[in-house]
Amino acid sequence: MRALTWQGKHDVRVETVPDPEIVNPRDAIIEVTSTAICGSDLHLYDGVIPGLMSGDILGHEFMGRVVETGPKSTLQKGQRVVVPFTISCGKCFHCMKQQYSACDNSNPVEKQDLSEPLYGHAMSGLFGYSHLTGGYPGGQAEYVRVPFSDVGPIVIPDGMDDDEVLFLSDILPTGWMAAENADIEEGDTVAVWGCGPVGLFAVQSALVMGAARVIAIDHHPHRLELARKLGAKVIDYTQTKMLEALMEMSGGFGPDAVIDAVGMESHGFAPDAVSDQVKQAVGMGADSAHALREALLAVRKGGRVSMPGVYGGFVDKFPLGALMEKGLQVRTGQTHVQKYTKDLLKRIQDGELDTTFMISHRLPLEEAARGYENFRYNQNEWTKVVLKPGTSLS
Amino acid sequence: MDHYERRRLADHAPERGSVLFALGLGAAAGAAGYAWWARANRADRVDHPGDSAPGRTARRSRFGGYAVTGRTVTINHPRQELYNYWRDFKNLPLFMEHVKDVDVQGDLTRWVIAGPMGRDVHVETRITDARDGEQIAWRSTETSDIDTEGKVMFRDAPAGRGTEVLALIAYKPPGGELGRWIASLFQREPALQGRRELKRFKMLMETGEIATNRNRRTAA
Repeated sequence: MRALTWQGKHDVRVETVPDPEIVNPRDAIIEVTSTAICGSDLHLYDGVIPGLMSGDILGHEFMGRVVETGPKSTLQKGQRVVVPFTISCGKCFHCMKQQYSACDNSNPVEKQDLSEPLYGHAMSGLFGYSHLTGGYPGGQAEYVRVPFSDVGPIVIPDGMDDDEVLFLSDILPTGWMAAENADIEEGDTVAVWGCGPVGLFAVQSALVMGAARVIAIDHHPHRLELARKLGAKVIDYTQTKMLEALMEMSGGFGPDAVIDAVGMESHGFAPDAVSDQVKQAVGMGADSAHALREALLAVRKGGRVSMPGVYGGFVDKFPLGALMEKGLQVRTGQTHVQKYTKDLLKRIQDGELDTTFMISHRLPLEEAARGYENFRYNQNEWTKVVLKPGTSLS
Repeated sequence: MDHYERRRLADHAPERGSVLFALGLGAAAGAAGYAWWARANRADRVDHPGDSAPGRTARRSRFGGYAVTGRTVTINHPRQELYNYWRDFKNLPLFMEHVKDVDVQGDLTRWVIAGPMGRDVHVETRITDARDGEQIAWRSTETSDIDTEGKVMFRDAPAGRGTEVLALIAYKPPGGELGRWIASLFQREPALQGRRELKRFKMLMETGEIATNRNRRTAA
């Protein structure tokens, strides 16, 4: 089959690799009809996530048709499914608590040895990501082996387009959980750093959950415009003094809740951001955390901090004092996708959530490398790229 | 002294004059020396009483020539079923990857284990204590290549969370500490193997399979 493989920093290629097979009883094989490039794939593209190997197949947002099932799979051939990016067994302590991204049993045992020294524990397996999360071949491919197919995939009813439901695999539940983690109360002002796909879904979710005001922060005009269309106030941080503006736009309180939808490759020209980027460039395992630092200063006393943005290592100059003295609550984590898919599918069917507005480009899988490059370097126009295996070159 | 303090000292030294700086350093060294002496000679020094942590987590890791390793895992599965599965030693190679063969002859069990540097290790064990649903203990006989004993214990986890399984292994590392270090290089060291095997046991019992990222049943 054809698949997008990671070869090194800023080097991804579509290559021919062996087709996947059923390996374990609960597996299914999915023929991919749509797969997207995620903002977190750009961390892999930039080589800032540890534990990637040359030749790894990327991609963790995908859907398709079931073409083969193991003896313990509950899926049927021909069904259309969206597959959560988190691989979860559904049986362990964490899965029973719906903490699916903390599944004990989906990250292969040898791989768990990699993350235990770094995080203290190993997290669940993820498709197409680091070997810290299992090194599972990903979904930017014609076929994918899906473990625990009786737990993860959600069957899509006929009559719904791929584009409407594809993002149930990751960014829609991620934006939704980000807003849920912000514990929104009536009358709240919620500030969201980053108007990438997750930030935009967080904006939409926060409004659905009843936030009185949502303030979206970015510097790309087109992305800010998308946020504005959803109903958010927007701040371009290159034009505006952030902390002052956020105070003024929230009645002098500061936002009740802040959402960092930027993560470890935060940029900007503040001294801390430059120092972070230098350390990242020389491979010191440092995460760039400018957005998070700013959010911690901006949020009101006793407020909530939600972090859907991805971090992989360490940060310094972290305003721990602000966190403690202001009595903040922090909630974060890789998304517990399986917890949200059913509810969110219904909200899409009811027309409560719009999922297609951010798709800017649809490319054949063969052009995936071009998609990565533009999603990375032309962020204003390239807001979300969907790849279609099996279609011809444009 | 961290990097920044060192920098600060270095920055300030020329301004204050080298003599003053040397005097300051001497005073600091003297104070540190006194603090060490006072601590070492404190009349009220007490021995630490034992804490609640299991012995295998002690900072010292050797117990009378034996290396002791142990690991606990909670498995969301009934205690008796886990015991029964483990008690049938022929099941063990299904999740113990380095066990190549098991031959059960009454009370005695012969094991062929993949050792470091491609060498097989032969171990014969005798069950020394088996309590139904609770624990299985074994000890190697004289014909074995290594001197080892161990036990696996099963007890109910609190509030219906399943079963806590504790595996304990004591062994005399062939070749002493050096042998142990070499074995760990080949990922054939019992602490590492034990940890991995217990996790595989949990996977098999909870999910019916052992997670793998392999895309094909055999190498393509």
